[in-house]
Amino acid sequence: MLRFLVRRTGESLLLILGVLVLVFFMVRLTGDPVGLMLPKEAPPEQRAAFAAAMGLDRPLPVQFAEYMTGVFRGDLGDSLRQRRPTIEIIGERLPATLELALAALAFAMIVAVPLGLAGGMRPGSGLDLAARGVGLAGQTIPNFWLGMLLIVFFSVQLGWFPSFGRDGPASLVLPAVALGFAGMGQLVRLTRSAVLEVRKSDYIRTARAKGIRERVVSLRHVLPNVAIPIVSVIGIQFTYLLGGSVYIEVVFAWPGLGTLLETAIRDTDFPLVQSITIFLSLFAISIHLATDLVYGLIDPRLRLS
Amino acid sequence: MSDPDTNAHSGEGLFSPRRLLRDLRGSPAGLAGLVLITVIAGAALFAPWVAPYGPSDADFLAARIPPAWHPEGSTAHLLGTDQLGQDLFSRIVYGARVSLLVGVLGVSVSLTIGVTLGLLAGYFGGWLDTVVTAFTNLLLSIPYLVLVIVIATILGRSLTNVILLFGVTSSPVFIRVTRGEVLRLRQLSYVEAARGLGASAGRIIPRHLLPNLIGPLATLATFETSAMIFYEAGLGFLGLSVPPQVPSWGNMLALGRRFLTTQPWMAIFPGLAIALTTLGINLLGDWLRDAIDPRSGEG
Repeated sequence: MLRFLVRRTGESLLLILGVLVLVFFMVRLTGDPVGLMLPKEAPPEQRAAFAAAMGLDRPLPVQFAEYMTGVFRGDLGDSLRQRRPTIEIIGERLPATLELALAALAFAMIVAVPLGLAGGMRPGSGLDLAARGVGLAGQTIPNFWLGMLLIVFFSVQLGWFPSFGRDGPASLVLPAVALGFAGMGQLVRLTRSAVLEVRKSDYIRTARAKGIRERVVSLRHVLPNVAIPIVSVIGIQFTYLLGGSVYIEVVFAWPGLGTLLETAIRDTDFPLVQSITIFLSLFAISIHLATDLVYGLIDPRLRLS
Repeated sequence: MSDPDTNAHSGEGLFSPRRLLRDLRGSPAGLAGLVLITVIAGAALFAPWVAPYGPSDADFLAARIPPAWHPEGSTAHLLGTDQLGQDLFSRIVYGARVSLLVGVLGVSVSLTIGVTLGLLAGYFGGWLDTVVTAFTNLLLSIPYLVLVIVIATILGRSLTNVILLFGVTSSPVFIRVTRGEVLRLRQLSYVEAARGLGASAGRIIPRHLLPNLIGPLATLATFETSAMIFYEAGLGFLGLSVPPQVPSWGNMLALGRRFLTTQPWMAIFPGLAIALTTLGINLLGDWLRDAIDPRSGEG
């Protein structure tokens, strides 16, 4: 177990290093980072002054060394527009995004798991049809469009929920549904096919052959075995929700990291864009690592591969 | 018969177009998907004949007309008009061109990169495999949407940039699938036999590996096409895809959002077009997956 822990942690650290290098070069990819951050009309003197102030006129290796030492001190640079540390701004916006992502995940699971279980237990039944429909809908309906539809029906026409902003639990409902919808579809499909798979296995047949009642077979033999694949995708789902929240936050003007990224891009505030990218990637890598370690702990076979 | 591998199993039975078409008749969902895609692709291809107006024909006297079935609607504009009086149905028909181009060409770029790197890495192993796997893991570790948004911002708005962007950033999935399949196939006895009989990599790869890759790659390519159409629309919605004057579903949604409370149809119909397209592709993809690998059936 210790070897597995060390190896997986080492791999994650390498990935983080890779992300840092990639982000550094991505902004400099065009060869004209100043042009990306200043308006086209900026006169040459201003461009030169800006480059000097940002350290963009120095040789690349020097810039890279400064960037990396900054990162290790927890300094991801200052925002161009707000003129304060980007990490501070991210810290202010993070709770709203986490709240939205967790609510979306909760919504997805509350609907998807029972529906997927019911569908898988009785293939071909009405509930199964509903499960397949929800699975397909989650796969095909774009979340930003769903968000707008929800606003049109539940905010504009019915007036049940606010259409934008973060102001109390009611304002969380529509964005969480829109964000969780795709994940819900994926979870339904996964749960349903996991149930179908488990029901085909030998130990279920043996249990039935022993004369155990169907209800007991479902609760004692099917459920625990279905739980493993479901729990394993939740970590991945969560990182996906963090990315997907960009659209939903924009649709509902939700004051989280997504709207922050959108305004940073609109303002060509590249230090902020860079910091958000690094932050979200680190977050995703950490969640993957945590999921893997928990699984290594539960299932010894996974430590080998 | 002197050829060492003419009799070797090269997987032709696995992916025969004739068998697939026969299967399709037994699958209403797959057939529905095919019909949907054919209609949408046909509309895109023959847009000038299908669309009653040009995509940018503005008529200020006919601005903000609701869809035809609305009491204030007009039969001249089936799905209504936008704030400039441009016909929404015509713009959606032309918008299909952008979406399908990005989906089809983007996936072609991904396939080319993915199959090349995946084959080389899986077959030859060594440092090449290490480098390719590292690249794959790195790209997959950044939340996809964030990666795409940042690169799109840097590259700027153009159709070519968007296609290349999706082509490159989606290639890791293709690399992974190709590499995994190659690693599995390499160990099978017929490939080992061919190698033992002295067949070179230049012979084994096209004769024994590629035909077996077509199945899994075709399924993946189908689902990736719909994913790209979805992500392109998302980028357009954020104002980061093709230039704003180009009629694309994403651009229309971005505009529609600003008029959501007063002219909701401006956002509803382009979104419906995206949903129907991804629905068609997914139905087709589900059927393709089950037809190629019956074990994967969901019941």
